[in-house]
Amino acid sequence: MENPEVANELFVLLSAVLFVLGTMGVLLRRNAILIFMSVELMLNSANLALVAFARQWQAVDAHVMVFMVMTVAAAEVAVGLALIVAISRSKETTDVDDLHSLQG
Amino acid sequence: MFEVPVFDDLNAWAALPIILLALGTSILLVADLFIPEDRKRLTASLALGGVTVSLVVAMLQALGVEIGEQGAAFADMFIADQFTYVVNVIALSSAFIGILVSYDYFERAEVKRGEYYSLLLFSTMGAMLMGASRNLVMIFVALELLSIPLYLLSAFRKPIAASEESALKYFLLGAFSSGFLVYGITLLYGATGTFDIDGIWTAAVEIIDGEISRQFTLIAGFGLVIVGLGFKVGAVPFHGWQPDVYQGAPTPVTAFMSVTAKTGGFAAMLRVLVAGIPVVVAEDIAMWQDTIQVIALLTLVLGNFVAIMQDELKRMLAYSSIAHAGYLLIAVAAGGTEGIGDQAAQSALIYLLAYTFTNIGAFAVVVAMEHVDYSGTKLNDLKGLSNTNPMLAAVMALFMFSLTGIPGTAGFVGKWFVFKAAIDADLVLLAVVGVLTSVVSAFYYLRVVVNMYMEPGTPETQPETPSLRWALGITAAGTLILGILPYFMTELAEGVTVALIR
Repeated sequence: MENPEVANELFVLLSAVLFVLGTMGVLLRRNAILIFMSVELMLNSANLALVAFARQWQAVDAHVMVFMVMTVAAAEVAVGLALIVAISRSKETTDVDDLHSLQG
Repeated sequence: MFEVPVFDDLNAWAALPIILLALGTSILLVADLFIPEDRKRLTASLALGGVTVSLVVAMLQALGVEIGEQGAAFADMFIADQFTYVVNVIALSSAFIGILVSYDYFERAEVKRGEYYSLLLFSTMGAMLMGASRNLVMIFVALELLSIPLYLLSAFRKPIAASEESALKYFLLGAFSSGFLVYGITLLYGATGTFDIDGIWTAAVEIIDGEISRQFTLIAGFGLVIVGLGFKVGAVPFHGWQPDVYQGAPTPVTAFMSVTAKTGGFAAMLRVLVAGIPVVVAEDIAMWQDTIQVIALLTLVLGNFVAIMQDELKRMLAYSSIAHAGYLLIAVAAGGTEGIGDQAAQSALIYLLAYTFTNIGAFAVVVAMEHVDYSGTKLNDLKGLSNTNPMLAAVMALFMFSLTGIPGTAGFVGKWFVFKAAIDADLVLLAVVGVLTSVVSAFYYLRVVVNMYMEPGTPETQPETPSLRWALGITAAGTLILGILPYFMTELAEGVTVALIR
């Protein structure tokens, strides 16, 4: 049985929807961890689009980029969670609205 | 058929300053483990030594000594030309002075962590690589190499709430902006089928006359890349994080990042946007020029006017640094006119070099003022400084004059070249707004001088240590010498071109 062809545009469209969802999540969520998860969603939506484009152009460049994005995202997780742990220890909250010691 | 590259094909010597710094920093990271806590001065000295070696090589390259060939390196990912060399000099100078400013501050605060210096140098490397990328994948990786250490550096005064909060804010917004950058890069790849900046512009010429859907992808891609880089340099409307982060981060970190993040961001912006101009010959003016003009106008006006309302020195300098991003954006916008690209890149680099000395110097004065508990940095705390510490007041006045752009200081030279580029590019409105907002900026910069010299008061300053004194001396000397003899800067910037040579 042959694999059904899914049009490339649909993958890109899906990735755009995920990207918008991620952006909305960053803007609307108030918990630092959930904001960060939304950022990850944005990065992964880009990964999906990259793979779709790689298929469209029949080239592997974009696959390399996907690995770069994944590696960098992992580095960001390490740093981000460390910061969130530090802040939740000293303030006992990870709600960004509770962080207001900096105001002009 | 795929050929296995041999070492000679890589042209690795061209990247010598970065390679030296990378090696040195990696060794430092390990060596620091064996250095006891009460002798962290050794780590700082080693870091300083590493930067010096790298800076000497970068200076030699920038002055025209042939170390490695100019041109593409590392399979077209990396480009070594005068632009790269000058960016290297700027980033390494700011790292050098940044380390000098840092040591005593953290000693005083009893933060004895040697990783600080490795992180600072990794971040410097990121800025250097951003100027040397000819491929969007590289730009992305370099940007993260620049940013991730900065998030950590901002948190180095934990458990002080301001420091932790600034780090979290910087991290969340920084990660958010890299999301935009990655998606922008993805769309550019989707439209053109390549990550090579040259290739993208070559393809862009066809796309502009082609299908609507590819045009849309291309323009959306450029838009998102501009948003991502705009966040990094703190351009309005993506500047929200900057005042909070600059205020909350430890002052030496603020000093370092205010310059290095800008250097990296603008270097990448010039590479991505302006480098395409020689390729797009069909039209005289780049399609992004209007967008950058609007962003520049907003940045200039908001940065300068909001700075007036600040009563906290670090926060005021944060808005002032937004304003300076505006002046640099004038240069980028000017680069969008055919034939002005090289001149615009030269003016931006001259501006950045002048800004490096002046701004780190100004923050070094804040370091000398600040108490261990983050207090003592209100504008009112400067009152009477000329009586208690005349030298400190004098250099601070010099930095304020330079940030305003008064002739005889480096800041004036930078502004002169940027405005000249804008006028040559027919962007008279931008040049006029630039001059007018400079006048506005005199209000808040000179208020600092008035507070120091004409108001009564006896502010406490921290005891000055040799390294801080060196930092102040170098920055003050740099600000003055480059202001009186701009020859040094113009000489460095002279051969700068934006075209991505092979």
